[in-house]
Amino acid sequence: MLNVSSLKLYYQVRGGTVKAVDEIDFNLEKGRTVAIVGESGCGKSSTANAILRLLPRNVNTYTGKVLLQGRDLMEMKDDEFRREVAWKKISMVFQGAMNSLNPVLKVGDQVAEPLIVHSSASKAEAAKRMSEALQLVRLPSSAAQRYPHELSGGMKQRAVIAMSLIANPEIVILDEPTSALDVITQANIMNTLKTLRKELGLSYIFITHDLALASELADSLAVMYAGKIVEYGAAEGMYTDPKHPYTQKLLESVPTLRTDKKPGFIPGAPPDLFNPPAGCRFQPRCPYAMEVCGQEPPAAEVDGHRVLCWLHAKR
Amino acid sequence: MPEPILDVRNLKVYFPIRKRLSKPTYVKAVDDVSLTLNEAETVAVVGESGSGKTTFGKCCLRLVEPHSGQILYRGKDITKLNSKELLWYRREAQIVYQDPFSSLNPFFTIRRTIEEPLIVHGVHSGPERNKMVEAALEDVKLTPIESFAEKYPHMLSGGQRQRVAIARAMILSPKFVVADEPVSMLDASVRVEILYLLRQLQEEHRISFLYITHDIATVKYFSERLAIMYAGKLVELGPIRDVISEPLHPYTQSLIEAIPDPDPQNRFSLRRVPGGEPPDPTDPPEGCRFNPRCHVARPECRSQEPQLQEVKPGRFVACPP
Repeated sequence: MLNVSSLKLYYQVRGGTVKAVDEIDFNLEKGRTVAIVGESGCGKSSTANAILRLLPRNVNTYTGKVLLQGRDLMEMKDDEFRREVAWKKISMVFQGAMNSLNPVLKVGDQVAEPLIVHSSASKAEAAKRMSEALQLVRLPSSAAQRYPHELSGGMKQRAVIAMSLIANPEIVILDEPTSALDVITQANIMNTLKTLRKELGLSYIFITHDLALASELADSLAVMYAGKIVEYGAAEGMYTDPKHPYTQKLLESVPTLRTDKKPGFIPGAPPDLFNPPAGCRFQPRCPYAMEVCGQEPPAAEVDGHRVLCWLHAKR
Repeated sequence: MPEPILDVRNLKVYFPIRKRLSKPTYVKAVDDVSLTLNEAETVAVVGESGSGKTTFGKCCLRLVEPHSGQILYRGKDITKLNSKELLWYRREAQIVYQDPFSSLNPFFTIRRTIEEPLIVHGVHSGPERNKMVEAALEDVKLTPIESFAEKYPHMLSGGQRQRVAIARAMILSPKFVVADEPVSMLDASVRVEILYLLRQLQEEHRISFLYITHDIATVKYFSERLAIMYAGKLVELGPIRDVISEPLHPYTQSLIEAIPDPDPQNRFSLRRVPGGEPPDPTDPPEGCRFNPRCHVARPECRSQEPQLQEVKPGRFVACPP
């Protein structure tokens, strides 16, 4: 359904380029979820922005292919993309969006806004779609007449999800959709997202830093490190038998409630994207680093995972 | 039983909200909480936002004034200290804040940041202070020291900054430290490392910690006992493993059910968690504060406020069987 290949997004900053997204590839099938997981600054939000063409002014390189049902979105003109794709085919729940609702507009009007801006829907039609969307996310219809400060965090987040659904998209990008929510509220929102996926046949791109939370939705998992997808595969294999040392270490560092394993950690910190280490970017923190890791690792297929690591490279 | 280092009795912290022409109403941030902390022990205080966990921690340091109740530190009621005695308590007790990005002065070098408490309390001078700062840096493993001491906070990663904040808290050799969400702003790969560091400092210096967090998954690695707060009330208290493996309060049960472990099977099922949100703190429900969301609520839960009771040795719960 959505096929991303060799996508690059570099930013120009004073004195150099930041390779935020560096030649990434992944696939999304209908009704499925791909989770993009990584630590802060790994480029996961930039990936979302690159797919939806929400680019800042300082873009230096923006290339690659984003095929939506066979059609390359990168070839489209901006106004064409805005008219046909944004919100209607691919929509997004932005990180922290619940705190960017306009405080002086009623929630219902804000939920309906994409429809009014992006299509010729009449007011009555928009209102009808809006109340359907609120119902989908299990908000009472009275929420439409309220102002954002009158709603709790969880309800605001539901409103933002309703907004993303209003133009009937097929793909929804969820960028940390539950950050800053309490755990029980988070579980409720995740339940709603699971139900919506089933009811509407939605496909999700789920962006999160939390591997445990990713397992609530992910059919496949793309682990990002410093702008690269270092490992990509089906959720089953990724959680039980990860191949890349970074995935292994990241999974080990997740504290668990139901098992007695002692979590590990990764010494050091993620690299600065302005000046990443040569070759494999994880190499300075990697317990298996070898001399050859100073060169860019090739992509290798191992048990259905695509891994960027010299340990798995055919030599 | 050893004498606890901290003994909090019936602590209430109320914040008044004045509305025009009416009596003040109160936010009962902490409502009648009692808790003890033993030497070299960590008690994790877990709750959602607005549960009163941070207010409780701050009040134990007298950063917030209590409405009523006693806080005995080594037998001395710290709610009644005069300013000179309070200065003594400020050396005994310290805090590590959640956000290492805003808790460090951006104009101070790391050396100066860690030295600051020594300056405030007039401890030693010159070379002796330098030695202490260097020992503190070594304690939190910011080595080689020379490469960190003269840097500024913005030059460090989140995990390194939090180490600086910990070094600053440790330099006066406190015996009691409140760690308020010390790892929740950090990347997953370094969180556990910081918790292990706190554990190690605790063992070396016999420090007692209140570990305040919303993340029940991390408490196993840095606590002996777990205290669960809901809407200003302590609802459950007990040894960590017992509470996690067999939670007694329906709220604790929901909290644990809500947290996923990394498991690809999770995506096929829904979590059984209550809907709704914690109550309005100015107008909590009568009786048990969790009753509107509770799946086993009985009529009496709506009228009688449950008291914390010891149901098994060392296990307390505010939900009568």
